[in-house]
Amino acid sequence: MTDVVTPTPTPVVDGETSKRRGWGWLLLVPGMLWLAAFFMFPTVQLFFTSLYDPAGSYIEGYAMTWHFANYLDAVTDTWNLFARSFMYAGITTVVCLILGYPLAYAIAFKAGKWKNVMLVLVIAPFFTSFLLRTLSWRAILADEGPVTSFLQTIAILPDDGRLLATPIAVIAGLIYNFLPFMTLPLYASLDKVDYRLIEAAGDLYSSPFTGFRKVTFPLSLPGVVSGTLLTFIPACGDYINAELLGTPREYMVGNRIQAAFLTEHNYPLAASLSIILMLIVLVMVIVYVRRAGTEELV
Amino acid sequence: MSQSTDEATSRSTGQDLRLENVSKRFGDFVAVDDLTLTVPQGSFFALLGPSGCGKTTTLRMVAGLEDPTVGQVFIGDDEITHLRPYKRPVNTVFQSYALFPHLTIFDNVAFGLRRRGDKDYKQKTRDMLELVQLAPYATRKPAQLSGGQQQRVALGRALINQPGVLLLDEPLGALDLKLRRQMQIELKRIQTEIDVTFVHVTHDQEEAMTMADTIAVMNHGVIEQMGAPGDLYENPTTTFVANFLGQSNLIMADVNDVSGHVVVADCHGQKVGVARSRSHTKEGKGWLGVRPEKIFASPAGSEDHRNANVLTGGRITDVSFVGVSTQYLVAMPWGQELMVFEQNTGQRAQFKNGDEIDLAWSRDHAFLLDAEQDAHAGVITPEDME
Repeated sequence: MTDVVTPTPTPVVDGETSKRRGWGWLLLVPGMLWLAAFFMFPTVQLFFTSLYDPAGSYIEGYAMTWHFANYLDAVTDTWNLFARSFMYAGITTVVCLILGYPLAYAIAFKAGKWKNVMLVLVIAPFFTSFLLRTLSWRAILADEGPVTSFLQTIAILPDDGRLLATPIAVIAGLIYNFLPFMTLPLYASLDKVDYRLIEAAGDLYSSPFTGFRKVTFPLSLPGVVSGTLLTFIPACGDYINAELLGTPREYMVGNRIQAAFLTEHNYPLAASLSIILMLIVLVMVIVYVRRAGTEELV
Repeated sequence: MSQSTDEATSRSTGQDLRLENVSKRFGDFVAVDDLTLTVPQGSFFALLGPSGCGKTTTLRMVAGLEDPTVGQVFIGDDEITHLRPYKRPVNTVFQSYALFPHLTIFDNVAFGLRRRGDKDYKQKTRDMLELVQLAPYATRKPAQLSGGQQQRVALGRALINQPGVLLLDEPLGALDLKLRRQMQIELKRIQTEIDVTFVHVTHDQEEAMTMADTIAVMNHGVIEQMGAPGDLYENPTTTFVANFLGQSNLIMADVNDVSGHVVVADCHGQKVGVARSRSHTKEGKGWLGVRPEKIFASPAGSEDHRNANVLTGGRITDVSFVGVSTQYLVAMPWGQELMVFEQNTGQRAQFKNGDEIDLAWSRDHAFLLDAEQDAHAGVITPEDME
């Protein structure tokens, strides 16, 4: 058989895009301006604030002394908060993945005509304020509340045991609040998986489980990567759940930053904590994305 | 699965694919209606029909991707009706190819062998890539290949498992005409070489006739007619087959006696004979069918057609020269226009518009069909056939 190799149509494509390029970049302008004004500028400002002399106050103003020792103070003071934040965020991400994947899979492949209804249900919590929803978890997990009583009745929890004000409550709150951020990208990825590929895997001697392992799951990896990032990153900086469902023993680094900014008005400390958190999360994300090997994906 | 050790015995005992009284309903819609058929081992079998005729559903029931509503499917003596797809000695070349986009060509082809734990999969995969002429592309991803190459990956990925039956679902549908012709020859070559039963689903009658040993023409969930391509073409038993395979002139005729060797049909006052083996109607009305290329046109009254059927009084209304042949439209006295194709032998001049001609054909070349049937059933392009 003659080998029919279609020549790569690169030149044509290039020609077409260069024709459009003149106009295309204009579409970037509004977003870039927005980012410059409301992201770049505050970040630079935050960085400078982190180097102010902590001797100042927010009423009298701060002197710029390139006080790098702020960072040392911040870390020595709060390294355990950082550790707790990443641990809580890590547990949250893993549990969200375990809960979210089957949910997203069911919506994508099994929901049929209920697909849209189920998607709305996943998003429905966003119709109410984050704060209110977390507050209502206080009632759910309260000492006399239904969950605690039930767990005490079936003797999983001792009679004087409690849920509220424990790490479990904080992590449960985080999981609840971030589950949609895991589910939606997973759904988007799974929904794109061509069902005929799963049929083909079955035709090629894969049991349903092997087909999932070899075909469906690898094809859903982009959703896994974006879902875990969308869960882990905001969970690291969260403070509402620890504040409302925990005690200072469960406080995360977000609580410390919030207190430094809003209660103690120690802006340099708050700023250096924020910068450290951003950098650590950034490094973790880069390592994770590299390891997840998104270049393996289509 | 025919193992290499008992390959010879399995061939002799016959690993025929059999469908017995198989029906498939989707709600009220009957996709396949009480289908019974046998595909002999090693044959190239085509399921031919327009879209929605049930051919793909039939294929998917053999693959295990659909469950028959009733009926049974066998390979040899083993019933596979409700076996899961991954437990059947059957592989499929899917219409869209369904190549795994995240795997290389090598891994796509090796997929089935590795699932079954074949230790020798590397060598076998390399051999298969050679067979389908894709060895240089082993490390590429499917998206980096052309349509024809992807088609060959799909073929190799299925064939490497040495299936008892290979199912092909419109495998060439996405290719352009020239590539399709090439792949038809290539598929036929591979099928002959490895001696695997091919069941090929297609809506392209030329593709089916080129490749298949046996064609089953399907329409509305039932097989209209089954046989060798030549038999179907020369002696169709329904108007659907007459029109769907090639083109036919269908002329309303009165049939008086169907018992003799030659059945006489009266076409608007002119009598013609049809061999009884080619007569598929009762006494009364019938459709007389003649293929356009079987008709010999001659100037009115110029020739003596002693042993042929003749219809006189034709007048040329359209001449289209297509190179290898000239296609005429001929208006008959009863108002119908018939098609006549004449091979461009260069022996005589073309007719012109308005020429008066007689039409003649051999008694072995016409067929008689039941007049109850729609004369336009299975017509692919709109034709002017009353």
